[in-house]
Amino acid sequence: MKKTSPEVLPAEGGLGNEPLLAVDNLHVEFRTRAGVVHAVNGVTYSLNPGETLAVLGESGSGKSVTAQAIMGILDMPPAVIPKGEIRFRGTDLLKLSEDARSQVRGQRIAMVFQDALSSLNPVFTVGWQISEMFRVHRGMGKKEALTKAVELMDRVRIPAARQRVNDYPHQFSGGMRQRIMIAMSIALDPEVLIADEPTTALDVTVQAQIMELLAELQRESNMGLILITHDLGVVADVADKIAVMYGGRIVENAPVHDIYKTPAHPYTKGLLESIPRVDQKGQDLYAIKGMPPNLLDMPTGCAFHPRCPYRQDICVTEAPALSGISGTRSSACHYWREVLDGTHE
Amino acid sequence: MGRYIIRRLIQAIPVLLGATLLIFAIVFALPGDPVAALAGEKRTDPTIVAILRERYHLNDPLLLQYWYYISGVIFRGDFGVTFADVPVSQLMAGKFQVTLNLALTALVFEAIIGVGLGLWAALRRGRAADTMILASTLLLISVPTLVTGFVLQLVLGVKVKQWTGVDIFPIAGISNGFRSYLLPGFVLAGISIAYLTRLTRTSLVETLRADYIRTATAKGLSRRRVIGRHGLRNALIPLVTYLGADLGNLMGGAVITETIFNLPGIGNQLFQSVYLREQPVVVGIVTVLVLIYIVANLVVDMMYAVLDPRIRYE
Repeated sequence: MKKTSPEVLPAEGGLGNEPLLAVDNLHVEFRTRAGVVHAVNGVTYSLNPGETLAVLGESGSGKSVTAQAIMGILDMPPAVIPKGEIRFRGTDLLKLSEDARSQVRGQRIAMVFQDALSSLNPVFTVGWQISEMFRVHRGMGKKEALTKAVELMDRVRIPAARQRVNDYPHQFSGGMRQRIMIAMSIALDPEVLIADEPTTALDVTVQAQIMELLAELQRESNMGLILITHDLGVVADVADKIAVMYGGRIVENAPVHDIYKTPAHPYTKGLLESIPRVDQKGQDLYAIKGMPPNLLDMPTGCAFHPRCPYRQDICVTEAPALSGISGTRSSACHYWREVLDGTHE
Repeated sequence: MGRYIIRRLIQAIPVLLGATLLIFAIVFALPGDPVAALAGEKRTDPTIVAILRERYHLNDPLLLQYWYYISGVIFRGDFGVTFADVPVSQLMAGKFQVTLNLALTALVFEAIIGVGLGLWAALRRGRAADTMILASTLLLISVPTLVTGFVLQLVLGVKVKQWTGVDIFPIAGISNGFRSYLLPGFVLAGISIAYLTRLTRTSLVETLRADYIRTATAKGLSRRRVIGRHGLRNALIPLVTYLGADLGNLMGGAVITETIFNLPGIGNQLFQSVYLREQPVVVGIVTVLVLIYIVANLVVDMMYAVLDPRIRYE
């Protein structure tokens, strides 16, 4: 691809008015033989240093694809980004060359994946895999890089790091593996860390420890954290703001406490009501009716209308834009007022 | 690692004993009397027959006969003698050398061409090079060794020599040293090259889909490093298994190639000995083949443990 403008790597230092990371009207399609899969359809969100954004949504809502687009690790083709911008410190990453992009990837924007066992290479020791960051990106020698790896393993609180640095991923427990994954991702002090369902494969007690660790690392380094999850319980304590995704779109954007108290989108409301609660023991569990949308053949109008209890005729014909409710909140629903009031016929 | 190797070696013992007993029993069950076969067309004096039967323990039960044989092999390296009173071990030594040279040449062709083409196809997946490589492997698999053997012998051997006046690829015998094995080695490798190409392609394509490859990319590593270090190291594991197991197949399956190129190898000898009912030779050759197979598999298992750290601790 030919670049018209000279390459400018995202500047370091002060940000001015720009957010640290801004995703703007991002579209991602997968052009497959079965047709075009519209995975992300105009996602907009932003992140500031030290802030935690939780991206919430079920499988296929486009939350992971958005993250992979930010990292630049989508397989292209079949993935295509027809529209949108991903600005990191004001520079659109999508306009950078592959060379410049790989300077950002892993070093300034890093990612933690869901299943640490399959995400770590089974044939290399954890020390080798962590220290690879220093050897490749910082030109360090083997010994020095390994010392750094041990320091990192200490930092993510892996017991007996010095003894375990030459162990292989399969020799660690699930929680420890995820700590190794985290150690690797923060190796070069990234400014943005994306954690894609980092606790899904773990026990509940371990989940809390990992979330605590992430929050603590973030406080220490003031990095921006994007936390992708389908678990409302995980995000309540750590997130500053929440973006709820459905059918490849953001349907609601809000500070974390507002969304729990007063959801402004029927989908968010359904999600909150489907959390099992101890005080309702014995009653039927609530589930949102119907199935997630088929991304090959999206519903007309609002993607949620086939499952929505608030549906009116307009929902079938016209997709609601994400519009402001207040300074910090927005919802993509024609009837957000009714949802907010909790009334519907 | 040491304990793993010792355990594997101990496991190999019953395999070797079982396999040789089976072969021994099969040869034992073959119709026809060895002493009669030894005598050929001539009528034999019953007393001589009786002496010979006694001398070769032919009146003893199968298991006892097996014990005489296997204890000779194990404790004295004695494989018995041929009808012409040549020690079977001496006969086999030269023949095995030829076949081993042939099989190793084939293995090198396999490893270089098969793995090379497979990697190329995997990295160009879905494009013209990939399609062409896949189509040609299919062709190679479908054509019998008999055909590729004679065609290559004619084209690369005979015709090239006619055109250039230089004997680049000798077409028969082993009098040209290393070069004698080039053409037959390639012919023997033919079908295996095709399989290995496909296996390599699949293995790398699968590996490159793995989560840890995505992680490696997310670490900001170059594509070359992602594929070369993180991908290849994992993709190699099944290939080593195939290559190791194939050494045994190549040695056992060299009959046709050895016949086409007139190589005095083990395949040729085995065929003749079965034809002549020369039982000590048949059992001896097959026993050594089994031994090679076991050793090759052991080496594969050990390589496996080196390549895949998950194996060692199981």
